[in-house]
Amino acid sequence: MNRYYWILGAFAALVVLLAVGLNLNPRDVPSPLVGKPAPSFKLAILDKPDQTMTPQDMTGKVWLLNVWSSWCVSCRQEHPVLVEFAKRGGVPLIGLNYKEVRGDGNIDIRRIPEGQEVPLAHKRASEWLAEHGNPYTLTVMDIDGRVGIDYGVYGVPETYVIDKAGVIRMKHTGPITPDVLSGKILPLVGELSK
Amino acid sequence: MMRALILSLCLASTVAFASPANEAATAADPVAEKRLQALSKELRCLVCQNETIADSNAELAVDLRREIRGMIKNGQSDSQIIDFLVARYGDFVLYRPPVKGNTLLLWGGPIAMLLIGLLSLRAYLRRRSSRMDAQEAPLSAEDTQRADALLKELEPK
Repeated sequence: MNRYYWILGAFAALVVLLAVGLNLNPRDVPSPLVGKPAPSFKLAILDKPDQTMTPQDMTGKVWLLNVWSSWCVSCRQEHPVLVEFAKRGGVPLIGLNYKEVRGDGNIDIRRIPEGQEVPLAHKRASEWLAEHGNPYTLTVMDIDGRVGIDYGVYGVPETYVIDKAGVIRMKHTGPITPDVLSGKILPLVGELSK
Repeated sequence: MMRALILSLCLASTVAFASPANEAATAADPVAEKRLQALSKELRCLVCQNETIADSNAELAVDLRREIRGMIKNGQSDSQIIDFLVARYGDFVLYRPPVKGNTLLLWGGPIAMLLIGLLSLRAYLRRRSSRMDAQEAPLSAEDTQRADALLKELEPK
């Protein structure tokens, strides 16, 4: 009889193991960048193509970097949360527009004449922000997605919390829900701002 | 009919999988392309997580192939390229992650399971053989008497 309890126990343990495994989000890949300095970049600012921004400009501030694009469906989902967040003020929210033109599955980049991609990207991005509201302190344009690679972006939207020293403290992959904002991001920002 | 359908599906899938290779074939340097192929077969595409960067048609995989191609052109070694990707996407991009603290369960798990299985098999076999030995042991005098009595009762009178 004892032996059957043992087998039952082993089976129950297996069920628990599999249940935990199935409930993990496979898209939630831990980023090796957490705890490391935010990769540097120098990108043109949306609507001010002759000005650039680098992460060094933000030294001394706790800030968020949000990767977005007008073709990204999940970005639309998180956008109202960001707009609400921006209304509180206090924490700079920098947008990183990721492959605005060439990332759009409906556009064949080979058909866009050379030199047209950048103005088109700026136009599309600002139109989208005009329509949905602009929560960003400013947005920088990552036209070819190279900065995205440096930040380990693999699915927009992604959001990074960066501390006063320029170190990435958290990465969130996927849309920010009100729960993620109030449960994870805001407490961390509060702590880092002390 | 069914056979034709299956065959055409198979053919269609080879065409679909061949396209990244085509992209590679069009590139100029065959040696570099071979290295790119070998490298990207070891790397996981983070968008379709069960495909290699070599096989995937996801945009990120195309970008990463472009990036790797550029690094090969600049004379970087395979390990430099792998380090570049691991620094950005973590050990998860490697289909053969290194053995270290947090991958110990991954590497050691199957061996541990096998050991547990072998040990419990051994324990089970031992218990069974000792039980069988006990059954085959000669009956005590008292038991022999009882058995004889029982057998006698069964005998037709």
